[in-house]
Amino acid sequence: MPKSNLTARAWIVSLGILLTFGLAWHLAVSGTSQTQAMDPEYAKLMGLSATQGKSAMPGPLDVIAKIWSHLKDPFYDKGPNDKGIGIQLAYSIGRVMLGYALAIVVALPLGFLIGMSPLMSKALDPFIQVLKPVSPLAWMPLALYTIKDSAISSIFVIFICSLWPMLINTAFGVASVRKEWVNVARTLEVGTFRRAFTVILPAAAPTIVTGMRISIGIAWLVIVAAEMLVGGTGIGYFVWNEWNNLSITNVITSILVIGLVGMLLDQALARVARAVHFPE
Amino acid sequence: MSTFSNPFSSAVRFMKGCICGKHHSQAEHERAISAETVETPLTNDEGRFRRVVEAAVMRAMFPVDAERRAFLKAVGASTAAAALATFFPIGTATDVLAQTGPIEKKDLKVGFIPITCATPIIMAHPMGFYSKQGLNVEVIKTAGWAVIRDKTLNKEYDAAHMLAPMPLAISLGVGSNPTPYTMPAVENINGQAITLAMKHKDKRDPKQWKGFKFAVPFDYSMHNYLLRYYLAEAGLDPDTDVQIRSVPPPEMVANLRADNIDGFLGPDPFNQRAVFDGVGFIHILSKELWDGHPCCAFAVSREFVTTMPNTYAALLRGIIEATAFAQKAENRKQIAEAIAPTNYLNQPQIVLEQILTGTYADGLGAVKRDANRIQFDPFPWESFAIWILTQMKRWGQIKGDIDYAAVAKQVYLATDAAKLMKEAGLTPPTSTTKSFVVMGKTFDPAKPEDYLASFKIKRT
Repeated sequence: MPKSNLTARAWIVSLGILLTFGLAWHLAVSGTSQTQAMDPEYAKLMGLSATQGKSAMPGPLDVIAKIWSHLKDPFYDKGPNDKGIGIQLAYSIGRVMLGYALAIVVALPLGFLIGMSPLMSKALDPFIQVLKPVSPLAWMPLALYTIKDSAISSIFVIFICSLWPMLINTAFGVASVRKEWVNVARTLEVGTFRRAFTVILPAAAPTIVTGMRISIGIAWLVIVAAEMLVGGTGIGYFVWNEWNNLSITNVITSILVIGLVGMLLDQALARVARAVHFPE
Repeated sequence: MSTFSNPFSSAVRFMKGCICGKHHSQAEHERAISAETVETPLTNDEGRFRRVVEAAVMRAMFPVDAERRAFLKAVGASTAAAALATFFPIGTATDVLAQTGPIEKKDLKVGFIPITCATPIIMAHPMGFYSKQGLNVEVIKTAGWAVIRDKTLNKEYDAAHMLAPMPLAISLGVGSNPTPYTMPAVENINGQAITLAMKHKDKRDPKQWKGFKFAVPFDYSMHNYLLRYYLAEAGLDPDTDVQIRSVPPPEMVANLRADNIDGFLGPDPFNQRAVFDGVGFIHILSKELWDGHPCCAFAVSREFVTTMPNTYAALLRGIIEATAFAQKAENRKQIAEAIAPTNYLNQPQIVLEQILTGTYADGLGAVKRDANRIQFDPFPWESFAIWILTQMKRWGQIKGDIDYAAVAKQVYLATDAAKLMKEAGLTPPTSTTKSFVVMGKTFDPAKPEDYLASFKIKRT
């Protein structure tokens, strides 16, 4: 069976699932439940879910309309607490990139050190094992208290959560480079640095990039939670602000947007992974 | 006695009801009177400062209240003012008072939590109370009380909206490092409520609430102390008979809907929002527990007060004028419209209008009217601080002996507020403490320990 045919059929099935889900959702929320008769003066002061029994959950059409209204004007700025979704996303991506870049700067050299030196590997292992499972948000109060700046604190949280997968994968990748290649390099009297860059790095690159790909996923998960906590700007703040208003429509909209951006980030690193991949 | 009354009035009554006795309250009386008399225009700065100076001279000449009133009664307020002007250069004195030093820092950041308690802080931005003082203030929405505390301690914010007990807790180092903090103005009095889930609509007696799960916004909040007080009066031990959790206000409605909590004593707009969405009903307004209780406050660090006195004065003046504006019933609708957008409270305007005008749906099918549901009064009574300290001690948040009066004086800057209220053409109370009644029991700020000892349920 040709491959293109399979892809086309997969698309059709995906679309079918989406439509079925959308229809089920629409039907589930469109009904109105029983409401008691109310004094008109009282009814005027109440919301739709109380007066008409309208479901508190918005339907798919409400969400689509909302997304359209956000897409029409993504970059408005009506003051410090009300910015367009495009600006909020830019803030979040900026924070993720900064924290992530810092993590790369620390994790790669440290990972090389651990991977190449069995002594350091054993010595640092207990620290890594204890710190790795800590939820990144648990660092937030400590960061706020010591760094004394909420913007840098959220970058620090991104840094700390993207550090571990990269560090561990780098160390593992470096340690499991085939011994023959390293030995050949040694026989040819290649210096340590040159060996690290020309032999070990290319050989360990696929494992390292896999670590980086896991990291970017975690970083994007964590930024939303971190911004909900400190507020101010970013897509996480946007979700929090709309939750404050109990606007489920906007919350669903931002869930979709967050998912989309996360997918794009992941795809970007998948491309890098393909570039460094080599057949053995 | 309201702090917004006229200093030149000779007939001030300290009892309930109005001056003439025909109306239920002074506010009603004023509404009736304002319909028939023309008020002296005091909107321009000069007019206000003039009145302040006149008031000061008047007070200096007749320090005894009774004498001053007798004099005013005999000759009339305007004659008295004119008489004073002949031998005291009031014009010159007014000019001196109106001049303040240059503002040290123009661009300020003020943090707030999106609740109606913060109304004066928020509305001062769209309605221009800050810019009138020559300040460029950004009001920044913040996610929770712990964050607003940390961001203010970090100096990311120059000043912030806090719960009235927080500056006390911060200054004492309870729940954070001790940092000298000050509270120069109260934002709102009243304006909170106990909201219960719809399924409890038949359990209106707190004695039936054993095993309930409640939410309050923060451990160091009036909400926590009032709820504990209310439960303890009904014979329930708030630590063992019920569960009280600290939950950010916006999550309260979501938790109530999800059946995670049975009710909450929380700030508006979330009580009214629960009603609006058909999730809960308003059991009792906090003003029915203690009419005139403080709730939220405007707080700044002592460092800000001492290093930037002119900026501080300008900021506080803006806040106090906004508070005075918010107190007037006729401005409430306009305020609801100004603070409803996403940039500020991000709530349906109809919900805010119900809270601010006091004509609201109670969630059980009735429309209630209580114009005093929320009020705005900037004066930080030191006795408020003393009451809060007794409750902190009652529930074991602070231990050992405390010098109630000294802490209250250091944190609640009643004198500063009084000075600036005068400048804004308002009349501050002459004393900094007063006694008040909480759930039928009179609190005497001079005897906090006796008050504390009188409770049956306590942790001391």
